[in-house]
Amino acid sequence: MEKIIKAEHIVFRYPADTDEHQKPVQNPPILKDISLEIEKGSFTAVLGHNGSGKSTFAKHINAILVPESGKMFVENLDTSDENLLFDIRQKAGMVFQNPDNQIVATIVEEDVAFAPENLGVPPAEIRQRVDNALKAVNMYEYRNHAPTQLSGGQKQRVAIAGVIAMKPDCIILDEPTAMLDPQGRQEVMQTIQKLNREQGITIVLITHYMEEAALADRIIVIDDGSIILDDTPKKVFSQVEKMKEIGLDVPQVTELAYELRKAGYPVPAEIITEEECLQALEKLL
Amino acid sequence: MLKDITLGQYFPIDSVLHRLDPRFKIIYTLIFIIMLFSGNHYWTLLIGAVFVVMAQLLSKVPLKMSWKSLKPLLPVLVFTAVLNLVFIDSGDTLLEWKFLKITQGGINTSIFMICRIILLIVGSSLLTYTTSPILLTDAIESLMSPLKKINFPVHEMAMMMSIALRFIPTLLEETDKIMSAQKARGATLDNGKLMERVKAMIPILIPLFVSAFRRAEELATAMECRCYRGGEGRTRLRQLKASKGDYIGLGICLLFLAVTIILNIIL
Repeated sequence: MEKIIKAEHIVFRYPADTDEHQKPVQNPPILKDISLEIEKGSFTAVLGHNGSGKSTFAKHINAILVPESGKMFVENLDTSDENLLFDIRQKAGMVFQNPDNQIVATIVEEDVAFAPENLGVPPAEIRQRVDNALKAVNMYEYRNHAPTQLSGGQKQRVAIAGVIAMKPDCIILDEPTAMLDPQGRQEVMQTIQKLNREQGITIVLITHYMEEAALADRIIVIDDGSIILDDTPKKVFSQVEKMKEIGLDVPQVTELAYELRKAGYPVPAEIITEEECLQALEKLL
Repeated sequence: MLKDITLGQYFPIDSVLHRLDPRFKIIYTLIFIIMLFSGNHYWTLLIGAVFVVMAQLLSKVPLKMSWKSLKPLLPVLVFTAVLNLVFIDSGDTLLEWKFLKITQGGINTSIFMICRIILLIVGSSLLTYTTSPILLTDAIESLMSPLKKINFPVHEMAMMMSIALRFIPTLLEETDKIMSAQKARGATLDNGKLMERVKAMIPILIPLFVSAFRRAEELATAMECRCYRGGEGRTRLRQLKASKGDYIGLGICLLFLAVTIILNIIL
């Protein structure tokens, strides 16, 4: 498989602060030697608790941040090359946590048009891209609404459409559901999965919801700036103890299976969906 | 409560007025304002009123909306009326009490001013009801583009305006939330002397500013992520194109202006 994202020994720290005597104080590194590759068309979830460096890593993918040492490549474009900045950002779109702070325009379709307008796409094609993007996130009938009239989940889908309109190969979502209610969260997750399956867009989902991470093909767990685990959801979540040790949860059903197993019942370790749990329990009874 | 402010809010329906070129609509509004201020005769108001009623009907914007934009300005209206009533001294004296003197001229001017301001607000808010803020800024950008030659940052200004407009409802909502939060902690915002009230605003303004700056930073990052790099090489989804209707509208506006000016010269 073709690799879309390649990180080679990335180290990153925020610029030095000054202490009370105006002497520079070196900040500790946020990312410590991160190397990974992400395949084209895959759906990867990045887990980690607050301050683990997962968002910082995400910001490296579309060159908002540039590594202190090491290299980051997106479709073989080096993110530290400033001439490639906009090519990289067009290929790897980014969606942030708060939908209110990423919507620029006062009408949904005009907001979706923002990125292609910046790229200098001809007006007729912008129209086409906007329509397609809004249909892809199921927000086409809201195209003339004001963002303030929409729910959180709808706003976030508009933000995703705004990124899709650039025709990216990869979308990085930095905790896109953190500020949403359960229904909005579901809408957004369904949209992400649909884009991944139907349009083959590579998804990198930064999250701290285990249930969301369980939907991915692959989970990368970052803790204290290093990759701790990197495997399929089943393999990652079956290591319940290790996850707890770094302060992360596992999906509720996995935890249930884990507790049952600990109590001596023969339940398989790799349970991550409610359905699997139900089957295992039925077998048990 | 705060959300009810509608000035500068677009009313998204389809009407003749909505479809007109925003650049022309700005020019119409300017002509309308000139018209209102071009004479001191009641005929001016009558013609202005006819103009506003016509525009209102064409826009299909419900009257309720105009009332909404007028309501917050009622204190200003009352203030203007009282000021004119008290300070203008001309014509027959109707009432005299101590140093106050109300004259026929004062009453006339008051009524005239109130009508003029009402027409002004109702008429010009139609511009923002029928034109989406982005189109409006597009239009301003386009009308001001000759200024680019003298290095005036036209695109940047238009962008700033449109973002400000975009964030007005968001920040109002936030203000509401902060006010509720501070009330929940026992802050009294609604009563007390003027100075106390002003002081009570501090715990609202500071969190609001902090959050506005945070939002600004996030927005800037989000815009950069969507390849924003200033006005150069930028295309637009909506192209401003003048049609026949726009020129007809311009003709009508100029006709109204001409009639007003002529009437004022004759009478």
